[in-house]
Formats: sequence, C-alpha cells, structure tokens
Amino acid sequence: MKARKLGRGVAIVGVGMSQFGAFPGKTTRDLFAEAFLEMRDAVDKGLDPNDIEALFIGNYSSELFEGQGHTAPIMADWVGLMPRPATRIEDACASSGVALRQGVMAVASGLHDVVMVGGIEKMSDLPIAEVTDTLAKAADVLYEIPAGFTFPGFYAAMATAYMHRYGASPEALMRVALKNHDNGALNPKAQFNQTIAEVMASKRRSAEKKGLPVPEWADEMAFLRDDRANPVIAWPLRLFDCSPVTDGATAVLLVAADIAKQFTDDPVYIIGTGQASDTALHGRSNLTSIASAKAASQMAYQMAGITPADVKIAEVHDCFTIAEILASEDLGFFVPGTGHEAAEEGLTARHGPKPINTSGGLKAKGHPVGASGAGQAVEIFKQMRGQAGPRQVDREVDLALTHNVGGTGQTAVVHIYERK
Amino acid sequence: MSDRPFIEHSFQAFLREGRLMGARSRATGKVYIPPRPIDPETHSSDMEWVELSGQGTLAAFTAVFIGPAAMVEAGYDRKNPYMSGIVQLAEGPMISAQILGLDAAHPDLSFIGAPLTATFLQRGEGDTGRTYLAFQTS
Repeated sequence: MKARKLGRGVAIVGVGMSQFGAFPGKTTRDLFAEAFLEMRDAVDKGLDPNDIEALFIGNYSSELFEGQGHTAPIMADWVGLMPRPATRIEDACASSGVALRQGVMAVASGLHDVVMVGGIEKMSDLPIAEVTDTLAKAADVLYEIPAGFTFPGFYAAMATAYMHRYGASPEALMRVALKNHDNGALNPKAQFNQTIAEVMASKRRSAEKKGLPVPEWADEMAFLRDDRANPVIAWPLRLFDCSPVTDGATAVLLVAADIAKQFTDDPVYIIGTGQASDTALHGRSNLTSIASAKAASQMAYQMAGITPADVKIAEVHDCFTIAEILASEDLGFFVPGTGHEAAEEGLTARHGPKPINTSGGLKAKGHPVGASGAGQAVEIFKQMRGQAGPRQVDREVDLALTHNVGGTGQTAVVHIYERK
Repeated sequence: MSDRPFIEHSFQAFLREGRLMGARSRATGKVYIPPRPIDPETHSSDMEWVELSGQGTLAAFTAVFIGPAAMVEAGYDRKNPYMSGIVQLAEGPMISAQILGLDAAHPDLSFIGAPLTATFLQRGEGDTGRTYLAFQTS
C-alpha cells in the first residue's frame, strides 16, 4: 500500500451536536440547526457563517425515515448558507465519517479553506419494525436479507463466530454495555443519560407506581442476564447489546491548518484518514474481524505516522456490544481474540489504560445512523481540549482515533487526531 | 452448462428449479455464490455456471426473536423464533440462508459446525411467490 499524505494540513476549530434522543415534534432540519448553532458558538474566536465555503452532510436515508430526499441543500438553506455547494454523503452508518473524510479532502486539496461537515438522521417517526426494515436495506437486499437477517442478526452471527472461536462469554458483551452506560450517564447530550443501575432503579419505581410486583436483581449483571428485563433480540444479543433508535444531528468545522489560529488558539488537527470497503458478510474469509476497518486504520496510521499504542482514546462504532470488541482488535489495540478479556478487565473504561467511547458510544449516547461518524469527532475534540466535563479523561490526549462502520463493514472509515 | 446471464434473476430461476448455482471463473477455477459477472481477482468476465452440491456446515448464526416484516408475515415472532446463518459450502464459498432443524428457541454455540443440506422454501403464491434458499440439518 502506497503511503499517502494530505496535500496540506486540516484542523477542526469547532464542533456541535443536537440533543440525541427521540423527538416527535422535530424534523431533521430543526436538529441540524441546533448542531450548527452550537458549532458556531463553540468557535473560540468566533465564526462568521459567511466564511463557510461548502457543506458535506452524512445521511443514510431521509427518504425512508422522513419521506424527504435531496436533503443537503435544505440543511444548508436552513442555516442560511445559500448558495454554497452542499453535498449529501451516504455510506449507511458510516455516512458522516465519510463526510468528514470528504471535508478533509476538500480542504487538503486547496479547493476550500473553511468547510462544514455534518451528520443527520431522524429515525423515530417510523414504527420500530419499519426502522428495522429500513436499516436492513444497508445490507445486500438480494442475497442477505432473504435469509431473514436483521442488523442485530448480522452482528449476532459475528458474535457466535467470535465466541465459538475464542471462548468469549455473553458477560464480556454485557461489560461493554455497562461501561458505555457509565459514560453516557455523564454526557448530557446522550439518549441514555443513565447507568444500568439507574435504569434498574427506574424500572423498580415504575413497577411500584403501577402497583405491579417490584423486580429485584442482585446486581447489574443479574439484570442484564434477566430475559424479561433484557430480552433476546437476536441471540446472543439482547436489548442492552443494541444501540437505540435515535434522532440527532452533528456538526464539525474544518479549516486549513495555516488559518486555524484565526479561529482558535487550540485547534485539533486531523493527521490521518483511511477508508475501505468490503463485500457482504458471507463473502468474507473471516467472520471474527472486519477487514475494511483493519485496512482503513492501517491507512490512517500510516498517514499519521503513528501506531495503535500511541492512541490515547478512541471513539469506536459500537452499534452492538460485539462491534466494540471487534473494533478494539481490528484497530490494533488488542491482539485478535483478546478484546473480550480487555472488556471484562476494564481496560477500555474511562480511567483504564485505553479508554473507548467516553461519550457513551452509539450504545448509550444514541445512534442517529448518518450523524454518528461526525458525532465521534465531536467527542474527540472535546476530550482533547479538556472540555468533556465530568466524563473528561484523567490524562493529556495528544493523539486520538475515530472508527465508523457502515453496515457490517461494507464501509469503514478511520480518522486520527492530534492536539499540539 | 447454461447460457443464462450471471444476474440475480438467473440465480432465482435456478432456485425455483431446486438448483443451487454459482459462477466459476474459468481463469482461476474459483466458485462464486452469489453468481458474479466479473471475477474479482482477475477481472475476467469468462465465467461459467456450476451446480453446487448443497452440502455445507454452519459457520455462524443467530436466532432472531424480533424479525423483519417479511418473517413476521411468515409466522415467526418472539414465541416462535427462527435461525439465520452463514453456511460454509463444501465447494468453498459461504452464503446466507435460513437454517432449519436446529432449536431456534434454545440456541447454543455447539450448533456451529453442524452439517447442512440445501433446501428450497416456497413462500407466497403467484406474482408475490418466491423461492427461498434455506439449509436443513443433515
């Protein structure tokens, strides 16, 4: 693989995101405006929106979720950016990770100096069964979906292959959910702003209020093993192994590195980007790893001139708990087959040696699919600049990584960030 | 053995005839299922149809308790879950299919490696009818 370099440096100087959750009264453009305004106000030395030259917006399926196509120009219009070019990027759940890469390329090429990258998805208008069917369209509808696979089903199949090969237990998956809820509880923008213990308490309160028998669990793991409280969706994955249905929007302001100091004294530089594709799950030689994620990360590491050991924190694509374990191996943080042990031992906890998903991840923060990739960059920017509030990691973060996957790895995109 | 084009329509027509067909690259001898018009290794379009034995083993699976609309229509739900799997075929490639003959209500990792045989399920009739590839425990 030929080593590639960016044509010139690219920096993030501002980020924003809407609240993540289910918002029946809001449409995509409302959420996008929220993210835009937060991004604008977050630029330390101020942003004149007129300086934004182009928009790249990740979105999986506004047609199916909201009945609205051609969404990018509408978003640009709603934040007052006519007649700037606005382009929608669709790579399933990797849409805005790929939009970020398109924005990086637009700046690195010299075509633009200031670019806005965004992500949008409004999923909660559809009944849950239709959401499942809509997401399934990101797989191969001719050859995978007729087998009865759903997205939880695909990742469940990867989980069976992984557990069978490496002896991983369902408890390892539960540990990922516990950790990400612990982090999400400290993120005021998270859809699940609750630890598992808090979820249990609220279920007890609600049973009490309704005059029903109040459920008792010995601890969080007993709750997560309870078929009633945490039902199987696609075995071995249960409800709390799955990311939720989420409405949300995210925004990232990219500028050429040589003008970054006009916006802030503390920019975060994107020093590596990689993207790769893969065939349907059944077409792969290995079901316990996502080859496209490996390839994308190798490209990004090579461009950045760093190794996995140099990465201080990472936001990875935990659409399902097993996905975080696979990612922790594919990115080179842990040896293949040991990611489940790392999760059980707490190595990826917020104050562990390799913090993963301090935001709560897609699991607890929420997963508005087309907005999730840029949302990862939002968390990294805050953590690197010490602005993550109560979930701030306890160390200097000079190098960080994001990993965003579309489908079961038909697309993977990885970025590496540096704070100087 | 067949001059049908290497498209999904042909694959479906074979399924309706009870045949599991792949495309073999004449350049490398490698068999592809689903069938493809271009060998991804050599980019040659010199492909031929080959009938697969339908024998395989279970490589990965899930028991689906919350199914998509099509499977709900077929009668599956939380009380009657079904299994979807990835089957490693005797000829090498893997394919996705519904798995029959294993207890979907009590899934177990020991199901992996189970020997399987292709079978063809008919769902619906007339214009909405379709033949689905499935695998049954041998």
